[in-house]
Amino acid sequence: MSIPGEYYLILAALLFGLGAFGLVIRRNVLIMFMCVELMLNAANLTFVTFARMLHDIGGQAAVFFVLVVAAAEVVVGLGIVVSIFRRRSTAVADDISSMKG
Amino acid sequence: MITSLLATTAAIPDILVFAAGATMILVGALGVISSRNPVHAALSLVLTLFGIAVLFIEQQADFLAAVQVIVYAGAIVVLFLFVIMFLGVNRNEDIDQEPLAGQRSMGTVIVLFAIGAIIALGVEAHWVVGPHSVSGAPGGPYQNIGNLGRSVFTTYLFAFEATAALLVIAVVGAVVLARRSGAANAEQLEPDPDHKEVAP
Repeated sequence: MSIPGEYYLILAALLFGLGAFGLVIRRNVLIMFMCVELMLNAANLTFVTFARMLHDIGGQAAVFFVLVVAAAEVVVGLGIVVSIFRRRSTAVADDISSMKG
Repeated sequence: MITSLLATTAAIPDILVFAAGATMILVGALGVISSRNPVHAALSLVLTLFGIAVLFIEQQADFLAAVQVIVYAGAIVVLFLFVIMFLGVNRNEDIDQEPLAGQRSMGTVIVLFAIGAIIALGVEAHWVVGPHSVSGAPGGPYQNIGNLGRSVFTTYLFAFEATAALLVIAVVGAVVLARRSGAANAEQLEPDPDHKEVAP
């Protein structure tokens, strides 16, 4: 008998919370990106858990698409970070205030 | 949590694998949010991603575990490290003082509330309910890849084609963003409304 799904879901909730906490308290854009990845992985873990508990491949297909979207998001996000760094020489979110009204 | 797990019918090897995976995930996540150095944060992220892959294998998602290691721990973290080195921000930053007064306490309260709400919702909804095997069974040993591939290329074919377009758009967007064009170097000047970007 394998582990009940509740434990995976609680673990995923904790991981999501840690990612959200890091996203809120850290000011380094790169680390904020990594925290978004943590939250995406927590969502992936719940998808796979639901796929196992409901005996349904749809959850795993969703994880597959989340992986693709995460890869695209990282590519574009890091491109934006690089181009901001070229102009402003900073990777700290508080310093990027030039777009405010 | 572990002691209550021992009270369930789960087998000891399963419990050990779950405990190892959970420890890797939580230690890695704590490392990401508490590292002063972005390189250390990226390496902690690898630990978390490996822990997720372990739990994927534990839940019979073999193909996704392999993809997790190859795409996430391989490609994405390497991309992060490449950008960190490229920008030269691989130095320690001061995280002892908070830039905004009360930011951390507020964040802690909100995040604890969010975690509590998620877990309370799960308990309220009896965690996992719903019809079984709507879009096909995940398959037993050695059948996971076949079933996932069949699902992606039949039921989710439109989404699959859309991700192909998304990847092309992302690649083109990254090239446009990261390109050092002649126009981008003149950013100090007031932009001319009639200015046409000239290819170098």
